[in-house]
Amino acid sequence: MSALTFTLKTTLQQRVDLSPLTPDNLAGKSLAGIGAILLDSGREKLRADSLFDISGDDAADIVFNNANGKLDFIGSQMKSGRITVNGGAGSYLGLQMRNGHIVLNGDADAFLASGLAGGLIEVKGNVGDFLAAALPGDRKGMKGGIVLISGNVGERAGDQMRRGIILIEGNAGSYLASRMLAGTIGVLGSVGEYVGYGMRRGTLLLNQEPKLHATLQDCGTHTLPFLSLMFKSFRNLPSKFAAISQNRVQRYAGDIANDGKGEILVFKQ
Amino acid sequence: MIINGVTIDDTFAEAFGMRGTRVIITAQNLRWAYNAARAMTGFATSVIACGVEAGIERELTPEETPDGRPGVSILMFAMSSAVLIKQLETRMGQCVLTCPTAAAFSGIDDGYPEITKINLGKNLRFFGDGFQISKVFNGKRYWRVPVMDGEFLTEESTGMIRSVGGGNFLILAESQPQALAACEAAIDAMSKVPNVIMPFPGGVVRSGSKVGSKYKALIASTNDAFCPTLKGITKTELSPEIESVMEIVIDGLTDPDIRVAMRAGIAAACALGAKNGIKRISAGNYGGKLGPYHFKLREIMA
Repeated sequence: MSALTFTLKTTLQQRVDLSPLTPDNLAGKSLAGIGAILLDSGREKLRADSLFDISGDDAADIVFNNANGKLDFIGSQMKSGRITVNGGAGSYLGLQMRNGHIVLNGDADAFLASGLAGGLIEVKGNVGDFLAAALPGDRKGMKGGIVLISGNVGERAGDQMRRGIILIEGNAGSYLASRMLAGTIGVLGSVGEYVGYGMRRGTLLLNQEPKLHATLQDCGTHTLPFLSLMFKSFRNLPSKFAAISQNRVQRYAGDIANDGKGEILVFKQ
Repeated sequence: MIINGVTIDDTFAEAFGMRGTRVIITAQNLRWAYNAARAMTGFATSVIACGVEAGIERELTPEETPDGRPGVSILMFAMSSAVLIKQLETRMGQCVLTCPTAAAFSGIDDGYPEITKINLGKNLRFFGDGFQISKVFNGKRYWRVPVMDGEFLTEESTGMIRSVGGGNFLILAESQPQALAACEAAIDAMSKVPNVIMPFPGGVVRSGSKVGSKYKALIASTNDAFCPTLKGITKTELSPEIESVMEIVIDGLTDPDIRVAMRAGIAAACALGAKNGIKRISAGNYGGKLGPYHFKLREIMA
């Protein structure tokens, strides 16, 4: 069995919705059948084989080569298997994904991992705005699973996030963890303005002292036992967070303008 | 059967099905882990009046515990799941929640055919009065409850399994000090066996009982057949040279665990031998009609 490989062969004029190309949907289908799948692209419906050279036979291991930022909804609602994306990805990567594993070797755009409920998404690159955020009209963003970002993320990452873990090795933009409901976000780099704006519950773990607005309040420096437990659970993740073992932090609580049960933990030496 | 001059009676220990669970307690250091664990397993010698039988199973190194601190594992057994669940919750609340730096984690997650999840810290979270925080790592939910020393950390649930309680053997000796010395040797050997506890004080019980009593209010009373001071006036089980009898009771997660522990304990007692006054090893049973588990001494020592 070799990985089911889609190699982009055309220059895309419009964005393309790749949500049908998940391991669950393609299981048991022939190459011809897969090639005949129609993909939404603006007003058009395009055959998969008009865009991609398709080879391989293991639908549980899908690879997109030569991918770029016009390919949206990669791995949307997938429930199992693995997708590897080489190049870049558009918006909504891993939207409402239930389980499985996505590796993106490149950058992605907005709403990555929105509604994610389980599984693992690894991004070796940068991500746009609204990482793990709720879609407009939705009341919850990410609901479970783990997202690892090796680069930077845009604004509003973790907006209305409900559960799960996001670990960002680079920097985060403004309004990180805004309206967050629960879950954990770690950032090793810098964070933008209004971090934790309207944060209700949840944990934000930072390496650098952020600029905080008035409704986030200092609760002092503490050694928290749960951090050892958390870092132990990170040990096998392909992330710089796997090497952390420090559990002494400055604890800020808030946003007290919105219930104020959230926390921002900043590493202290 | 005679081992080192000690007669092994052709009898069996009769044991019962119980519900058992394991809890891992960690703390800043072993001293405080023991403080919590001893409190939690205190007054838990016999289900007759304590509700549960509980004890410390063993020490855990920091590498073995979920949070990387020193700890101990405790086992707790009850006759029904309802009693075990209730006792675990009250003991967690009064003994671990209260103990400085102590944290509690599940001790049974897999490895048994039928595991029921029961509350460990699930309801203790309400002590946090709204300030409690839930965290899920690797599919397990933990609760952080703010307390005066910092944060009380506990896993939400632990596993309960069908287990075995009431495995036992009797050591018959020529004097009380000799009986006690044999019991100490047996307990030292048995405490190295995993998955079992000996719930009585120091692992040893001297007040073995028979079913019934001359007093209508009592369902059990002293086992006069094994009381050395009554040798002449009751239907005794003791030969003239026996001056003291002590019993070791074992609760274990499975039937084979109890066999391993009984063998280790009896072997240690027999190692002292007849020259140290150890004359006989026997066991307590009810004729084999009450308990589904029969531990035949000679089979175990074969």
